[in-house]
Amino acid sequence: MSANGSEPRKHTIAVLVENKFGVLSRVAGLFSARGYNIESLSVGETLDPSVSRMTLVVSGDEFVIEQVMKQLHKLIDVIKVNDLTDDSHVERELVLVRVNAEPQHRAEILRVGDIFRAKVVDVTAVSYVLEATGDEGKIDAMLELLRPMGIQEVVRTGKVAIGRGPKTRVKRAPEARRPRVSDDPRVVGFAD
Amino acid sequence: MKQAGARIVLECLKREGVDLIFGLPGGAVLPIYDALYDFEGLRHVLVRQEAAAGHAAEGYARATGKVGVCLVTSGPACTNLVTALQDAMMDSIPIVAFTGQVPTHLIGNDAFQEADNVGITRSATKHNFLVKDGKDLGPIIREAFHIALTGRPGPVHVDLPKDILVKETELIWPEKVVMRSYNPNYDGHPGQIKRAARALVRARKPVLYVGGGVISADADAELRELAELTQIPVTTTLMGLGAFPSEHPLSLEMLGMHGTYYANMAVHHSDVLVSVGARFDDRVTGRVDAFAPHAEIIHIDIDPSSISKNIKVDVPIVGDCRRVLRSLIDAIKQEKDDGGGREARKAWHGQIAEWKAAQPLRYEWSDDVIKPQYVIQELSNLTRGEALVVTGVGQHQMWAAQYYKFKHPRAWFTSGGLGTMGYGLPTAMGVQAAHPGRLVVNVDGDGSFAMNSQELATCFTEHLPVKTVIINNSGHGMVRQWQRIIYKERYCAIDLPGIPDWVKLAEAYGCVGLRVTKPSEVVPALEKMLSTPAPVVLDVVVDKDECVFPMVPAGGANTDMILAPPSRETRERAEKSQTGF
Repeated sequence: MSANGSEPRKHTIAVLVENKFGVLSRVAGLFSARGYNIESLSVGETLDPSVSRMTLVVSGDEFVIEQVMKQLHKLIDVIKVNDLTDDSHVERELVLVRVNAEPQHRAEILRVGDIFRAKVVDVTAVSYVLEATGDEGKIDAMLELLRPMGIQEVVRTGKVAIGRGPKTRVKRAPEARRPRVSDDPRVVGFAD
Repeated sequence: MKQAGARIVLECLKREGVDLIFGLPGGAVLPIYDALYDFEGLRHVLVRQEAAAGHAAEGYARATGKVGVCLVTSGPACTNLVTALQDAMMDSIPIVAFTGQVPTHLIGNDAFQEADNVGITRSATKHNFLVKDGKDLGPIIREAFHIALTGRPGPVHVDLPKDILVKETELIWPEKVVMRSYNPNYDGHPGQIKRAARALVRARKPVLYVGGGVISADADAELRELAELTQIPVTTTLMGLGAFPSEHPLSLEMLGMHGTYYANMAVHHSDVLVSVGARFDDRVTGRVDAFAPHAEIIHIDIDPSSISKNIKVDVPIVGDCRRVLRSLIDAIKQEKDDGGGREARKAWHGQIAEWKAAQPLRYEWSDDVIKPQYVIQELSNLTRGEALVVTGVGQHQMWAAQYYKFKHPRAWFTSGGLGTMGYGLPTAMGVQAAHPGRLVVNVDGDGSFAMNSQELATCFTEHLPVKTVIINNSGHGMVRQWQRIIYKERYCAIDLPGIPDWVKLAEAYGCVGLRVTKPSEVVPALEKMLSTPAPVVLDVVVDKDECVFPMVPAGGANTDMILAPPSRETRERAEKSQTGF
């Protein structure tokens, strides 16, 4: 429990930035300088090649997240900051995993892969490389099931996230909805 | 017309209205210095160490409200400059710093005098640029000045590789700066301003808590109008000194760790606290949960990230202090006023007058040793509060803040956020260069002055007649004070026993040196200093045991002020509330 009474939790924040030299280190430097915890970060170009989109997963209470959002806004190269956590959105992560494939385990690995809709992208006499996408829970569950077979190496991309289209937006009952920083009447705007 | 990058840089400076730069040449910026050789309309002040160029630019910026500019070479020059950049960052001072860089094809090769300049200054600047193409010079310099001066002001660093300075190219000069990612908000939210107005009209025990933002927004007239209209007392931070006249009947002077008793008491007991261009720094708030515990807090600031950073704010108003204060005054005039608040505020003024009478700023007089506070008082009297006062960092800085009676904004120059020792002399040079005809006094400490005393050479050669008063207590007085009060008099590494001889040092640099050791000599020496047209160093040998009071121990509540030299009991109390430096 934090000082202002809200529990720390994970937030997924989408940040649109100028696709300029040094912008990634500005964002990363902000987190290290201010002692915020960054759990995952992924970056890619958008339709406009002069703009990149970062997806950050940060954990903190409301107070911390409010500061994270404001500090990100304050960076000159940041165009827009959006906390997706309480909006209806889709999150995905991609994992590549090379797992030991001894003869007695080969069928089991493929079965696990099937259940999680993973693809086999490389195969040798002693190993498989599986590719899977999904949210964090799904990826964790698959890795857990593969662990007894002997995982040689795992690569995860970090989370990417996108808001759902307006037609599928879920209207939640007001009392069930957690307050957001941007709903707070005390927050009147950002420096953009 | 194609021209060398170096010439483009100077041309851009001229178009930005720059007439003065502080710098120190070296390998990577030689092309700029070559272009400067016959460039008209740009004065260059040669400093003796790069940090001094940065501080001088800060002084110039704070004195004029324009962007201060400095120029140094690559590698060690840039790393020397970092302290000044961070200083400007913490105090929101608009400067643009140019550094040289090794040629682009050598970047990353560990070349001679190479450092990752933009990597190093990234967290010490509002923004920084590495120029990789000559055609970007114009747009980047234009953006650099725009970013430095707008929104919350701050330092911007531009790194210039040598080949970019040599290569000839066209000057591209955008008429307007348009940045989709940077558009500061200047007008406060009307709904919030109305809420603030309503709270202020009804407030029974309100206080205005004013910081450097009022000075950088040139909002002192609006502040005074608001205070007089509503009869709300005003306390300023260290950075806000001069935003409101110290001797105004509504003035509570400075608050915080070394603030006045009445300012801290008033803030503690206030029911509405209006922060204008201040950021609830830990030196102001003390223990945050005990800061203004009964107050509804209204916070006016240009920087949204300052709001609710340290203290939870009830009415946030993001905008330029001047515009917001103007709207707030209008809103208050339109607000229905039944006179209840105004009536209650009479009792509030009575309470404040009692606090003022009970615990004024004071010190014990001595006929034998010079009390440092006395020196500042006499300086304030002799200059009638009209001098431009610069300080170093330490006890002398706090005494100057407490005892100099400021009348005007942009007359006080001190390193507030970063607490940079050695800030005094180089900053005073910048202030003096900005206002050649005015009296600039650098109140410094013997420890602090030593950190940049080489700049006496600059004062002499560049005809900058800065007057330095060294409050000389033969040691690091503020550290001594902490060791005395909080570390049980276990004095460690604080003695600076009487060397160098400051009079001889001043003379060695071509300046005038004076020394006083007795209280009766102080006024004649100050008069002599003030009437000397050259740069002067006045060495005032003061009581080394004098402490700055009131004092709130770090981590203590502002109401736990220590008001007099510590007894065993106060020392124990300080120890209990001390949670670290």
